[in-house]
Amino acid sequence: MARVDFVAGTAPPLRIWPTWNKLYWQTGPVAVFLLSLFVIPVVMLLGLSFLDDRSLPSLEHYQRLIEVPLYGKVLLTTIKVAFYTTLLCVVGAYPVAYLLSISRGSTRNWLIILVLMPFWTSFLVRAFAWIVLLGRKGAVNQILLAMGIVDAPLQLIYNFAGVMIGMTHALMPLAILTLLAVMEGIDPNLPKAAATMGAKGGTRFWRIYFPLTMPGVASAALLVFITSLGFFITPALLGGPHDTMIVQLIIFQIREVLNWQFAGAIGVLLVITFMAIFLVYDRIFGLSVIGGSAQQARVPAKRSSIRGWAVLAGNAITSVLANLTDAAIYALTILKQGEKNRGRRTRIGLYAACTFVLAFLALPTLFVLPVSFTSEAFLTWPPKLFSLQWYQLVLDSPVWLGAAARSFMVALVAATIAMLFAVPCAFALARDNFAAKPALFGLVVAPMIVPNIFIAVGLFFLFSRIGIAGTTFAVVLGHTVIVIPYIVITVLAVIKGYDRNLDYAAATMGASGMQTFHRVTFPLIRSGIIASFMFAFIISFDELTIALFVTGGRITTLPKLMYEDALLSVSPRLAAVASLLLVFMSIIIVVSELIRRKGGYRHGQN
Amino acid sequence: MKERINKLAIRGLTKRYGSATALSHVDLDLADGEFLTMLGPSGSGKTTLLWAVAGLNQPDDGKIWIDGREATYLPASGRDIGMVFQNYALFPHMTVAENISFPLEMRKMLAGERLPAIRRALEMVKLEHVGDRYCNQLSGGQQQRIALARAFVANPSIVLMDEPLGALDKKLRDHLQLEIKRLHAQLGMTVLYVTHDQEEAMVMSDRICLMNRGRIEQIGAPDELYFRPKSLFAADFLGESNLISGRIIAEEAGCLVLELPGIGTIRSRRTSADVHGPEVVHFTRPESIEILSEAETRANQLRGQVTEVVVSGAITKLFMRVGETSTLQISQLTRGLQGVCKGELLTIGWDDDVGRVFFDDKREAA
Repeated sequence: MARVDFVAGTAPPLRIWPTWNKLYWQTGPVAVFLLSLFVIPVVMLLGLSFLDDRSLPSLEHYQRLIEVPLYGKVLLTTIKVAFYTTLLCVVGAYPVAYLLSISRGSTRNWLIILVLMPFWTSFLVRAFAWIVLLGRKGAVNQILLAMGIVDAPLQLIYNFAGVMIGMTHALMPLAILTLLAVMEGIDPNLPKAAATMGAKGGTRFWRIYFPLTMPGVASAALLVFITSLGFFITPALLGGPHDTMIVQLIIFQIREVLNWQFAGAIGVLLVITFMAIFLVYDRIFGLSVIGGSAQQARVPAKRSSIRGWAVLAGNAITSVLANLTDAAIYALTILKQGEKNRGRRTRIGLYAACTFVLAFLALPTLFVLPVSFTSEAFLTWPPKLFSLQWYQLVLDSPVWLGAAARSFMVALVAATIAMLFAVPCAFALARDNFAAKPALFGLVVAPMIVPNIFIAVGLFFLFSRIGIAGTTFAVVLGHTVIVIPYIVITVLAVIKGYDRNLDYAAATMGASGMQTFHRVTFPLIRSGIIASFMFAFIISFDELTIALFVTGGRITTLPKLMYEDALLSVSPRLAAVASLLLVFMSIIIVVSELIRRKGGYRHGQN
Repeated sequence: MKERINKLAIRGLTKRYGSATALSHVDLDLADGEFLTMLGPSGSGKTTLLWAVAGLNQPDDGKIWIDGREATYLPASGRDIGMVFQNYALFPHMTVAENISFPLEMRKMLAGERLPAIRRALEMVKLEHVGDRYCNQLSGGQQQRIALARAFVANPSIVLMDEPLGALDKKLRDHLQLEIKRLHAQLGMTVLYVTHDQEEAMVMSDRICLMNRGRIEQIGAPDELYFRPKSLFAADFLGESNLISGRIIAEEAGCLVLELPGIGTIRSRRTSADVHGPEVVHFTRPESIEILSEAETRANQLRGQVTEVVVSGAITKLFMRVGETSTLQISQLTRGLQGVCKGELLTIGWDDDVGRVFFDDKREAA
């Protein structure tokens, strides 16, 4: 990248600060912060597992992991849950992402909001909504009973099905957004070109479109799978005793048994599982597909022998599927040649699938609203309206108000500190080249990839040692760690989308570095920066895992209070809290979406 | 229709996008082995027409026959066509050979027959050695040739090309124009070609179909369009022209007598009887106007002053002030114009059969 130097005279200016000092100033603080509050705690936690009670090196915890069959069983359950969640998420997300990729204008904006709303609705609120909907006295069972379809309420949650529904609901937006990124990079002429060469619908999809979306499918699947492995909120609230996930074991070891070392050992087990999955993935798809776009996928990957076989097998499978689909379409239409609106039928199929998936994503959450106005003392469907007693109860309660105020403050402070760390770092990552760049990038995005439970437990351990566990400050620090990656990534995208020639143009008109930033650069990236701040705010406000641990039971945040309340009993009071939260979050999301769109000068939008 | 079956026949084709009409009652025939180019400004409907022939959009009205078979609502996959897209649309997940193999596979050709066909196609475009590469490893010109090979390899009834050279630089474009012409001759392909570049259309086509606002403005051989344009739009769109507004004041012996304000009267032979209304535009090509020596006379003669001399290689352009406000452009071989300089007074002239008179629809509308 070209450099612009402002030279006062004919001689080069004396640099008091060599250029690399600016780089240190941009990247140093965030690196030090993450090393001390992310890398060290996590490594310490995992290291603990190799010590016994007297802090001497020992493998006794691993012996126990292997010898007690429970842990192997839980690991298998975890993998099973993650696998089926991944399958459901990707299959459900595919048509929706496709519809989004071909929609334009306001249709697209509305669809995006429909996908983003559940994405940003608290896991807790969503799990709670499913309880309202699917519980023994929930809406679905009441309707089925009233219609006489069943005699007794069905067991819809607190079992494997409940976990599947909850987790698919929780993670599908992630899959949609990942797939969408890849689908938007695909040239819409390619399937058309195939058509001119004689390819029918099925062949066009399976041999052209689907292989091109493979990088998206692979990365969506990996993201969902990895995230599922570290999940515990949904299984804890919607699963039965047989659906315990491995993270729940870690929580149990720390909160109930206080066995740090053994918790660390389970953590190591999880890490090993992660690595094994990454390895298998790399062998089959190549890790370059992760976060990759179709553009990158065009560079043919070096073929390992396993991948070679995978490609061959993939080609064979898609060819067979192509022929089957073509035959099926042929059989269905029985040749209505000359028919004018051909292709409309497949569209109807697409719309039906998308409507179903979007309804699944968007509607359940709304069920918390009516039940929050019930005048009864427990959750029923249909709720006996109308009473504001539960809102009154919440708004009169110092515990709930205190928790909400703390969450709000923590989110505000954590997002602000994280911005101060992350934005300069994002500038350095976007605009400078330095040897440590890949390593720095890896460090700043790592807290997003490493399951929060490791960070939470590691920080709890560290904070206990230095005596700040159980303080609001500890929660702020923990949340700062986990929101940094989100800010870096969103701000990076904003900076990369910024045409640097505008800066150079300002310079040619006589603007100094500061003036250029103040008058040209910042006004153009401002909306992106604000949106990323709100993004960080929402994540922190909604965060449960870190809060669950570092608060050490002494203080509480809103999500933590909701979680503990939900574990004890599901009451209309919780519905009132969830409704308030839902409205609050929705406002923030819509506002930040509006701000983001207003900033779309580049796309000629208004 | 003629006795020989046309490769393509279009009747009354109409396509609307919302309230905008992209194509309005278009008729077109394409003979076997013909190279026909659709030329026109952007938004004139040429690509819409091409895509309708390909089956990539559905017309609202009218019919299309390909090889004598009605294809108006036939899906693209059933039309036996080959198409080169503007951005080539090469499949990024397939090698070059796999790309070229695709149309053959779709026509259920056996693997044993495909390989020699692919090799022949690659030889035709002079890229025998790239079969195993991925398309993103090729240069723009090479990708273009692969797209060509993929379009003709299966020997389709018609090859459609949608501005296939638009993304290339001038030199490569000139080269590939001749290359496509060579392939056209060698393979006897029937080609329907779309471009907005008039020079490209002139170089390559047997016939040019000039489109404007969803209609065919004129269709004919390149020289016919160039020297005998039928409308003001055609005259103005193709090449350079001198257009001067005036009015018809008389008609005598097959000639229209025009009065051009500030210049005087000139005569132009009446052609197709489509000149109505007194308000007209007189058209000449810059190369049709001659510089006259004292001994020479032409039906129309004017005195003018040279305001600018532009040498652009073999051709020199003179800009002449004639009358009070009008400027005429004259293009002559540079060799014959040495010694002419700015400010000189010259006599220029042209015969009454080289100009055209068009109804001035713009002025009438205003």
